[in-house]
Amino acid sequence: MNSILDIQEEIVSEFEILGDDKESTIFYIMELGNSLDPFPEEERKEENVIKGCQSKVWLAAQFIEGKCHFSADSNTDITKGLISLLIRIYNRRSPEEILGNELTFLQRIGMGNILGSQRSNGLASMIQQMKRYALAFKTKQLSIHGN
Amino acid sequence: MSVDVPSIRRLFPALHQEVNGKPLIYFDNAATTQKPLSVIEAQQAYYEQNNANIHRGAHTLADRATLQFEAVREAIQGFLGAKEAAEIIFTKGTTEGINLVAKTFGKKFITKGDEILISTMEHHSNIVPWQMLCEETGACLKIIPITPEGELIWEEFERLLSPKTKLVSIVHASNALGTINPVKRIIAAAHEAGAKVLLDGAQATSHLEVDVLDLDCDFLAFSAHKLYGPTGLGVLYGKRNLLEQMPPFLGGGEMIREVSFEKTTYNDIPFKFEAGTPSIAEVISFGPALDFIQGLGKKSIMAHEIELLTYATQLLQDIKGITLVGTAAEKVSVLSFTVGGMHPYDVGQLLDAKGIAVRTGHHCTQPLMKRLGIEGTVRASFAVYNTKAEIDVFAEGVAQLARIKNR
Repeated sequence: MNSILDIQEEIVSEFEILGDDKESTIFYIMELGNSLDPFPEEERKEENVIKGCQSKVWLAAQFIEGKCHFSADSNTDITKGLISLLIRIYNRRSPEEILGNELTFLQRIGMGNILGSQRSNGLASMIQQMKRYALAFKTKQLSIHGN
Repeated sequence: MSVDVPSIRRLFPALHQEVNGKPLIYFDNAATTQKPLSVIEAQQAYYEQNNANIHRGAHTLADRATLQFEAVREAIQGFLGAKEAAEIIFTKGTTEGINLVAKTFGKKFITKGDEILISTMEHHSNIVPWQMLCEETGACLKIIPITPEGELIWEEFERLLSPKTKLVSIVHASNALGTINPVKRIIAAAHEAGAKVLLDGAQATSHLEVDVLDLDCDFLAFSAHKLYGPTGLGVLYGKRNLLEQMPPFLGGGEMIREVSFEKTTYNDIPFKFEAGTPSIAEVISFGPALDFIQGLGKKSIMAHEIELLTYATQLLQDIKGITLVGTAAEKVSVLSFTVGGMHPYDVGQLLDAKGIAVRTGHHCTQPLMKRLGIEGTVRASFAVYNTKAEIDVFAEGVAQLARIKNR
């Protein structure tokens, strides 16, 4: 499996191909959302909601055999596309990998410029929430091993 | 008389720019209008030549600033047809105006068991202050329902109106739907029932003839920045006899007559409601904005905007997948719609990539959106400087998105 850094490189070069055209970049992001696995309906509950000003995100996480498994959904196609990028990077990773790597691809793509500050803030809270899950899983793992 | 749009556009520097490589099409005028050069220059001239704190100044600059400031108060009096300039209170905006009335009129005149009447189509700023007041006093908030087209149901309004009704606080023109409410009839009916009326004029005041004496409203609140003026400034009109009976809003400088630690007496209106240093530069630069509107004439402005609204409505209603939201018979130039299968936020962002600025979301009218069974809309709103050519580009952009989604 490629490292988090490798996948970030992949994503950056994919976006480079699109060039400067904002519209086609946004359409591309929306297309990416189609690759998301269907979100488990039983997880579509209030405690899994990350609320932005306009878009809504559901994020659920599981810890299976030392790896974090994320599933997510949104009510807007652009946000869905963004989530799919995060899941591509973070899914099936150990908590240490998630917590030990900074995400630089958003800045390198210039996502803030493409999406504006509101959507970027939403994305940042999404990343934060995924890292929180990783930290919680790590702590849980340590306490189990400690016993 | 028709307006000369190319000449008007030359007065607005912000319109002449590219956004995302495309010429800017600014259709977010219901949120705020762009500013003519005269407004921008008046603000700069104040800071360059006349900057001083107003009232009570013993020096020339203070005197100049005071004269200019008070001249705008008189201009607003004329603009609204108010009896006297003292009935014009400067605020931060519509929101503060409504809150001022809720806090002061509310304190004096609203008690437990009284009723306040608003409508389903109110902006949050004409809902929340009344909810807060009801919580404080034990008064009750009643809601006038609307039709699916976005019009008030008159019979329901009449049914809700009772001797318990102390205040009707109603939007003149809806920011989310564009609906123009029959405020003159509402005011007459409310007065007959013994209630006072506050008009939320945030949207209507830049488009419609608003004569407070003719309408006979008790209060009217609006914001300067939606009338080609500066941000951070609003106006509250109130009838003298009410303003005089109301307690002050904020305490501080300017609003007092005499202060001692034992007892403070308050200044006359309007100063009683203007504690602290006001937005002097903004007030002074609002003068040229009023000149701009009055120079063109609201009738001509409205005629042009309605022509744009009608044209845009025709183009959009023919696009497969588009649903228009708010189809009242009487509307200001607000066109709300949804694109089937697409979140309004995504539509807004894709239009922005084409250089088109619209607003998306619930437009601070969540109860209205709930009533209409939608999460939000895309809203295009037109001002006097917009053109049919811009609407062509906009409609083509919307059609393209609808095609992609509905293919």
